[in-house]
Amino acid sequence: MKGVLVLEDGTVFHGESCGKPGQTGGEVVFSTAMTGYQEVFTDPSFAGQIVALTYPLVGNYGISACYQEAARAAARGIIIKEEAVDISGGAKVKRLSQFLEENDLVGIKGVDTRTLTKHLRTHGTMRGIISTLETPVDVLVQMARELPLISEQKLTEQVSTADRYILPGSWPTVAVLDLGVKSNSIRTLSKLGCTVVVLPAYSTPGDIMAVEPDGLFISNGPGDPKSIPQVTETVRSLLGCLPMMGICMGHQILALALGADTYKMKFGHRGGNQPVKDLATGRVYITSQNHGFSIRPESLPHDTVVTHINLNDGTIEGIKHKHLPLFSVQFHPEGAPGPRDTTNLFIDFMRNMSLQGGGHCA
Amino acid sequence: MPKDPAIKKVLVIGSGPIIIGQAAEFDYAGTQACRTLKEEGIKVVLINSNPATIMTDAEMADRIYLEPLTLDFVIEVIKVERPDGLLPTLGGQVGLNMAEKLWEAGVLDKYNVRLLGTPVWAIKKAEDRKLFKELMEELQEPIPASAIVNSIEDALSTADKLTYPVIVRPAFTLGGTGGGVASRSEELEVIASKGLKLSPVNQLLIEQSVAGWKEIEYEVIRDAKDNCITICNMENIDPVGIHTGDSIVVAPSQTLSDVEHQTLRSASIRIIRALGIEGGCNIQYALHPNKLEYYVIEVNPRLSRSSALASKATGYPIARVATKVALGYSLDEITNSVTGSTSACFEPALDYVVVKIPRWPFDKFETAQRKLGSQMKATGEVMALGRNFESALLKGIRSLELDTQTLSMSELKTLTKEELFEALKYADDRRLWVIAEAFRRGISIREVEKATSINPFFLSKIANLVQWESKLAAAGSDRETLLMAKTLGFSDAQIAEFCQMTTLEVRALRKKYGIEAAFRMVDTCAGEFPAATPYYYSTYGEANELEVSEENKVIVIGSGPIRIGQGIEFDYCSVHSAWALQEAGASAVVINNNPETVSTDFDTSSTLFFEPLTDEEVLNVIEQEKPAGVLVQFGGQTAINLAKPLAEAGVTILGTSVSDMDLAEDREKFHHILQELQIPHPQGGTAMSVKGAEEIALELGFPVLVRPSYVLGGRAMEIVYNQGELRQYLTQAVKVSRQNPILVDRYILGREVEVDAVSDGRDVLIPGIMEHVEKAGIHSGDSSAVFPSRSLPQEVIEKILDYTSRLARRMQIKGMLNIQFVVQGLEVYVLEANPRSSRTVPFISKVLNTPLVKIATRIMLGQSLADQGYQPAGEKGYIYLAPEKITAVKMPVFSFAKLADVETSLGPEMKSTGEVLGLDTDPTKAMYKAFLAAGYDIPPQGTILATIADKDKAEALEILKGFHMLGYTIAATPGTAKMLQGEGVAAILVNKIKDGSPHVVDFIRQGKADLVINTLTRGKEPARDGFRIRRAAVEYGVACTTSLDTVRAILKVMESMIRVKSLQDYIGG
Repeated sequence: MKGVLVLEDGTVFHGESCGKPGQTGGEVVFSTAMTGYQEVFTDPSFAGQIVALTYPLVGNYGISACYQEAARAAARGIIIKEEAVDISGGAKVKRLSQFLEENDLVGIKGVDTRTLTKHLRTHGTMRGIISTLETPVDVLVQMARELPLISEQKLTEQVSTADRYILPGSWPTVAVLDLGVKSNSIRTLSKLGCTVVVLPAYSTPGDIMAVEPDGLFISNGPGDPKSIPQVTETVRSLLGCLPMMGICMGHQILALALGADTYKMKFGHRGGNQPVKDLATGRVYITSQNHGFSIRPESLPHDTVVTHINLNDGTIEGIKHKHLPLFSVQFHPEGAPGPRDTTNLFIDFMRNMSLQGGGHCA
Repeated sequence: MPKDPAIKKVLVIGSGPIIIGQAAEFDYAGTQACRTLKEEGIKVVLINSNPATIMTDAEMADRIYLEPLTLDFVIEVIKVERPDGLLPTLGGQVGLNMAEKLWEAGVLDKYNVRLLGTPVWAIKKAEDRKLFKELMEELQEPIPASAIVNSIEDALSTADKLTYPVIVRPAFTLGGTGGGVASRSEELEVIASKGLKLSPVNQLLIEQSVAGWKEIEYEVIRDAKDNCITICNMENIDPVGIHTGDSIVVAPSQTLSDVEHQTLRSASIRIIRALGIEGGCNIQYALHPNKLEYYVIEVNPRLSRSSALASKATGYPIARVATKVALGYSLDEITNSVTGSTSACFEPALDYVVVKIPRWPFDKFETAQRKLGSQMKATGEVMALGRNFESALLKGIRSLELDTQTLSMSELKTLTKEELFEALKYADDRRLWVIAEAFRRGISIREVEKATSINPFFLSKIANLVQWESKLAAAGSDRETLLMAKTLGFSDAQIAEFCQMTTLEVRALRKKYGIEAAFRMVDTCAGEFPAATPYYYSTYGEANELEVSEENKVIVIGSGPIRIGQGIEFDYCSVHSAWALQEAGASAVVINNNPETVSTDFDTSSTLFFEPLTDEEVLNVIEQEKPAGVLVQFGGQTAINLAKPLAEAGVTILGTSVSDMDLAEDREKFHHILQELQIPHPQGGTAMSVKGAEEIALELGFPVLVRPSYVLGGRAMEIVYNQGELRQYLTQAVKVSRQNPILVDRYILGREVEVDAVSDGRDVLIPGIMEHVEKAGIHSGDSSAVFPSRSLPQEVIEKILDYTSRLARRMQIKGMLNIQFVVQGLEVYVLEANPRSSRTVPFISKVLNTPLVKIATRIMLGQSLADQGYQPAGEKGYIYLAPEKITAVKMPVFSFAKLADVETSLGPEMKSTGEVLGLDTDPTKAMYKAFLAAGYDIPPQGTILATIADKDKAEALEILKGFHMLGYTIAATPGTAKMLQGEGVAAILVNKIKDGSPHVVDFIRQGKADLVINTLTRGKEPARDGFRIRRAAVEYGVACTTSLDTVRAILKVMESMIRVKSLQDYIGG
């Protein structure tokens, strides 16, 4: 079945349907990760977006239950070059096509994703539609232009947990503010022995403190951090009450709560090879990233310092508070997919919790 | 941390001659390192015995020592040069071992030379099996259960504990030399005894076999600040059990999940940190095919063949960055030279598939054991890039320049199904074609997987290609089918075959359909950032990214994979040609497919195309680049073979015209010219039948030289001494027929002489005359050569110069010409002429300090020799240059130890893989250095084992007497011993093999001989006797020669080593 990808600027890519036939729209972004397509497709931060993979062969080792970053795929659609037919890995694994169908994902394959990537890098991320319905292209262009912008969408609700749930462990108790948390963040905390309490995005400060946390973990998530001001408010009201760690959108929320501002990047950072420099040590780490928004450097308040920068473009990759045990990073120390060079940050969070447990504002 | 200012002068140790396991990749790494050092304003001192390398060029280093890579010589260089630092990790295993020896000898301390990059203890921990094991245990990194042994008995008892099969790995050997897999104690005994002998420390690792697991490699770089990055991971399609140098490799990994990849990546970083390496490192793993379980197999604390591959596969200049790191820079201080803007401290993202396929020498060594295992056998490799696996694979196959250009190999069609399964199970160099043949016969992916342990992901891709073969045959050539076939990488020629059209028709048809090759850029970042480096590969059905400049462009055709007969020398020529073009203001476009070379480094040329060297693929580049012309004289026979098809397609071949080249290449035409110019040449004729050949031979008189009419590099060429041998050759070695004519030439026993000339069609530059040490009949590539010849009478020299210049003018040579002569008395015969650069051009250019390739390139651009300042004196029309002060001796180096069952005796067919140079003002010393550099380690006192054929006995007697006089013990088989004793030379009697143990082979095995002289007996002695003697010598690391000329040269050298002489000796009393 033929498929077509139409961008809001009128650019058209032809291909074939893969996954569920139909039509889907979203912000078109690209990821340069060469492994971990399943983790990408199930990363809740891709909600509202259609993700294109630059690596041309996808599905080579199938789909395994253990690589899910959320129960279901969050992306609106996928764009790939080639889907593997015969796969590696034995009988336990599923094929990509089956996964796409089970997740109601509309996708397109046979697309020259390198040309698409260069287009997006030059003109910036833009809205687009994948269709297998033979809708005329001009209609699709119009539809793409009418899609809500990423910042205008309520995406957090789609990916955050509806109800609080607990993964029992021992000390400390970490409250995870779920803005679309990846399973591997939770797994990492659990492995360190934490009792992990996952809370819905719109939990109140009271809801959070009710679980008597030793620290607050503000997760990654989709969309514009400024589209969920109530979450920023919640975090702001808890500043100084307990140690906090933010990842990706959690990092942006923490910055906003501290009084900084964020902006939308031209095409963001998505992939597993982003070099990030730790300014305190001068060390560089290769990180996993997936974000389209960033903190405005000039907006940072005096009591907040930049701890990490991106070595390629100098954007802020990490901040911390000068006096309070608060820090956050733009990248994903939990990897999945991507390097595990910075998992130590979770240990730093543990240290902060041991030095200053929670409960100060209870 | 910026560069350390205390480092002002750095010694770089090269890797010496090309042998199996250590090829052109170290010239690439060394050259990149030298350029980087110079860029940093550091004085570079270089030592390397290999004259065919770019790194030994005057442009690359401030002080170049073309001297033997032995401890003594390197110490002398250090004494003279007093470098501040030593870069040990760029010269392969040779460089690394040398650095260790220097350290152990206390030389580095004594002369205050700092080891840059990698500390000695890191080298020790990675290289010494025991220390490595301890380190891995400390890091809790799993390694296969193993034990280190120093004797056969310990090997056997260890294997019993580990259970068979076990892998035997000798410590400190190249490319796994002497290793193997043993599935029974008898096998282990054989492998272990050889391995112990070959390991310089008599140490073996007996290891639990993880054969069948996935083999994965990581290239890691670490800096002094402890920043670590992995440049690339690579997946061997062949599972563990086949040496990675002999495996088909794909990058990035295809069948690893992110969790598997990150697990191995993190382990790599832990290991490089623990080793404290500041620079590059290669780590190999075995990964369970179905669960997250792995073993660390090997760590190379240096740049390797794999790092060259990773460099080319990703565009990341590993050697350059490793050098900067060794100087003290941290990774974040280095710019990514591909994008020109981002940092070098990142990990490349690929958006294409890279396939590497090894090139094996079995076309040259028909008797060789072709089975692949832990001993590397490939001489070279090709790399291909595609947007899918299929196209990368097919492009790789075409790049190999085998008889087949496709997935089908005719010799496999006759195999029975059982034989096919056997071939699947025990892989040899044909395994890819065996798999395809299996699919053609309907054998399932599942069954092939079971037999080969190759991942079904890869098998299904091969099956897909096989299916497409029949699809093409059935569906014909509509646009969609054609586009799909091209996207999968099928060549026009192959499509033509399936669709029953001609290649040109397919090309025309796809043009009509608008199906054209599109070029994509290798940019290290999958399109995320704009890139500045013009490094391209082709694909179909996608956007074209090639930015064609308006400049005056010239294409240089490279020489493809390193193989016997076409080595690194031709890459040297290609690179110099590209540089000469740029210097002359033209833009140099290089097309090549060898990942090990300098020519495929993206900053060597103005634009690099990584493509198979077929007429279709080269034409695709030409159609878009629209060059002023193409240079075919520098890429060896590969490039020459393209001249005709390209010219027929309307492409301008610069320099000597295609029809003029044909005058040299076509035997009939060439003979005609020689007759016309009244230049003597050996008489001969062409035979279409056994009877015809016999008639010609009788007329010429034996011995005669016989060979098939169209061959390269002396393949299947033989000297036959009588009717019986001729008949045997014509019926067994080569089947003569009307379709397959045989050339029969008179064999002139004389001195062989060679000339490399440059001509502009009018004047001729003749840079000296080389004289071969061995008599005519041994391939020029396998002969030692003295340059300039010191023994030819003036009359002969003048004849050679005269013939050369007249031939060059007659053939209207514009560029390079190589001519081989045989000199008998005062008579000079022309044997053959090659209208291209030869393998001796690099060393002659260096010794003469005359840039032959540059001069030739400028001629091809239209300049005359006179324009370049080379004016012939007088009316002869030639300029003769010969070095006055120095003598250079080029000596071949062989890789017989890596190739079981290969006949080591030399003949008209080339067998050497590399060469060394001995350089001195004293010709005998030059010879001595050449022997040393080539690995002839002959002690001043010792035992010489001689088994001499009757025809050679008289000649041998004088030589052996000479050795006897020097105090050597002579051991000999009965006939030879009797002759010696008759002449008053005492000789130890050694049994022939048929006389029972202990016989000659035992004598060699027991390490009793220091040099083995075995001359060939034709048709008398059982042929296998000599063969077994020579193989035993090779396998037990004893110098062995079949040429009395070589032995005479050794004798002369040994005589010259005696420093004391009586007055009577001096004055001749």
